[in-house]
Amino acid sequence: MKATPPMKPLLELVDIHKHYRGLRAVDGVSMTIGQGTCFGLLGPNGAGKTTLIEIVEDIIDPTAGTILYKGASRAAQFRQEVGIMFQQTALLSFLTVAETLETFSRLYEHTESIGHLIQLCHLEEVNGQLNDKISGGQKQRLLLALALLNRPELVFLDEPSTGLDPQARRNLWDIIKTVKSQGRTIVLTTHYMEEAERLCDDVAIMDKGKVIARGAPPALIETHCRRATLSVPKAQFPETPGDLQGLINQRGDRIQIRTENVNAVVSTLLSMGVDMRGVTLQTPTLEDVFLKLTGRSLRE
Amino acid sequence: MRFKRLWAIFSARNREFFRDRAAFGWNFLFPFLIILGFGVIFKGDYQSQFKVGLFPIAPGASVHRSTDLLPESFAAFEAVSLVAFETRAQGMDKLKRHKIDLLIEAGTQPIRYWVSDSSPSGAIVERLLKGALPASDSGAQFEKKDIQGIQIRYIDWLFPGVLGMNMMFSALYGVGWVVVRYRKNGVLKRLKATPLTAFEYLAAQLLSRIFLLMFTLVIVWVGCDWILGFRVYGSLANLFVVFLAGSTCMTSLGLVIASRGTSEEFTNGLLNFISWPMMFLSEVWFSIEGAPAWLQASAKIFPLTHLLKAARQVMNEGEGLFVVMPEITILCAMSLAFLLAGAAMFSWNK
Repeated sequence: MKATPPMKPLLELVDIHKHYRGLRAVDGVSMTIGQGTCFGLLGPNGAGKTTLIEIVEDIIDPTAGTILYKGASRAAQFRQEVGIMFQQTALLSFLTVAETLETFSRLYEHTESIGHLIQLCHLEEVNGQLNDKISGGQKQRLLLALALLNRPELVFLDEPSTGLDPQARRNLWDIIKTVKSQGRTIVLTTHYMEEAERLCDDVAIMDKGKVIARGAPPALIETHCRRATLSVPKAQFPETPGDLQGLINQRGDRIQIRTENVNAVVSTLLSMGVDMRGVTLQTPTLEDVFLKLTGRSLRE
Repeated sequence: MRFKRLWAIFSARNREFFRDRAAFGWNFLFPFLIILGFGVIFKGDYQSQFKVGLFPIAPGASVHRSTDLLPESFAAFEAVSLVAFETRAQGMDKLKRHKIDLLIEAGTQPIRYWVSDSSPSGAIVERLLKGALPASDSGAQFEKKDIQGIQIRYIDWLFPGVLGMNMMFSALYGVGWVVVRYRKNGVLKRLKATPLTAFEYLAAQLLSRIFLLMFTLVIVWVGCDWILGFRVYGSLANLFVVFLAGSTCMTSLGLVIASRGTSEEFTNGLLNFISWPMMFLSEVWFSIEGAPAWLQASAKIFPLTHLLKAARQVMNEGEGLFVVMPEITILCAMSLAFLLAGAAMFSWNK
């Protein structure tokens, strides 16, 4: 599947394959990623997201396919211009947070001020602590700081908020939003749909090594899950549903009405004299799209 | 290659070493305790088999055919291993270096022999020899001769061996095992995502380990010398060059082991497979003089054999760099081969 990029493409993936002893981890993925966008790569466990992103990051080689960065093959300069936050990374032992940032900053030609990064990623309190003595959220923020150390044009974030509590996750999202507001291109993999919906301008859903859907989150919802759900307390619902007969479904003590035309249903309910207090509206989310496209069966 | 990047990894690795107090202490304590143990506490027999040199024996001739005048119970004793030498000079050389415990001139009556007074085994084997004849005859049938020139104490002979062994373990495990662990837990993958090249990373590991080995060597040396008072007959600068070549070679071997793999268990097995034969065949604890020729020849594949040979030549015999140059050349050639193999096989994540 190939979608039209929203802006000038920074990355172009052409027919990428990665096979492991007969397993097609990535199976013919082609797409472009626009400059300045926050691109989300979604998929269930084992869909091939991390394999694909590591191929793009130049960490592993594809079995076949081409990757272009700024219209050309990735050269040595690629590593100077990209920042990467891996899904699972240990850090050098017996080094403090500040020393870790200092060590990595020496590996690049142009770097951000370490003080600024410590402030941006809220690492002031753990600045002098050893890497293995900080919490999971602090470690994720340190890994994000390392990914931003070289003032990258392109930032890869592989499941950045996995394992974090809600507060730490939202804190991380705020930092990512700040990075995004600086005009940097972000490639984010996640299986948190809320994360993708909040952060990404453009998402691709992967399953079994292939991209099965692509677009902006509202557009994907509009295309794949148009029906909203109105929920009315059963006690307030008329005994004769009239025109709504084919749309209703009883769930416990509530009647659910699934419709693409919320306005029409609300008008009908009002005309039937339904008390609208206690009526709730649930609009479809990216998670609905995800489950519709990838199914509900357990993976891994 | 950027020196700034190399220095960053070099510094980080050194910081890790010095801050890992358990490993840091162990690196110093282990060789120190061994030296102290052997030098102060353990003063008795240090090997189960005694090596007795016999000369003159023609090349290829059986050493047992020249034992006519020796007491039969001594020559046939299982714990006595006879080693043939063509000349007295050759035998004396081995005796001085504790490669043999006693030297006998074959076919002499009374039996002419040499023994080092500083060798704990020498005293025992001398008593064995004398005790092999009736007490009434023993005084008349033996003629003890003095060893001319330098006599080396056993502890002086052992010291380079323990230093070399410590160097070997530290180089192999400090590089081989650590890099594999870093590969397994993703540190190497994180470094691969930066502009750091494999060459820069390997060079930093090599230089850091050499620096740490030499630093440890100096501290252990000073500490042991302060307590036991070692005799160094050669130049300390030459000895430093020898150990530098040895540490480079063994760290390079560590890099070959570190070049691939993510299993710490497998790497541990591989390190044991290499280090244990090297420890026993490279004459850390005892000489393999008198062992089968194939075993002596196979010991030469180990860098530690060449390091200890050169170190003992400088330390115990006062030889200069020119004499030990063949060993240094072999160590340098091995280092180059190991580095090339390690660099060719290196993978950040496989």
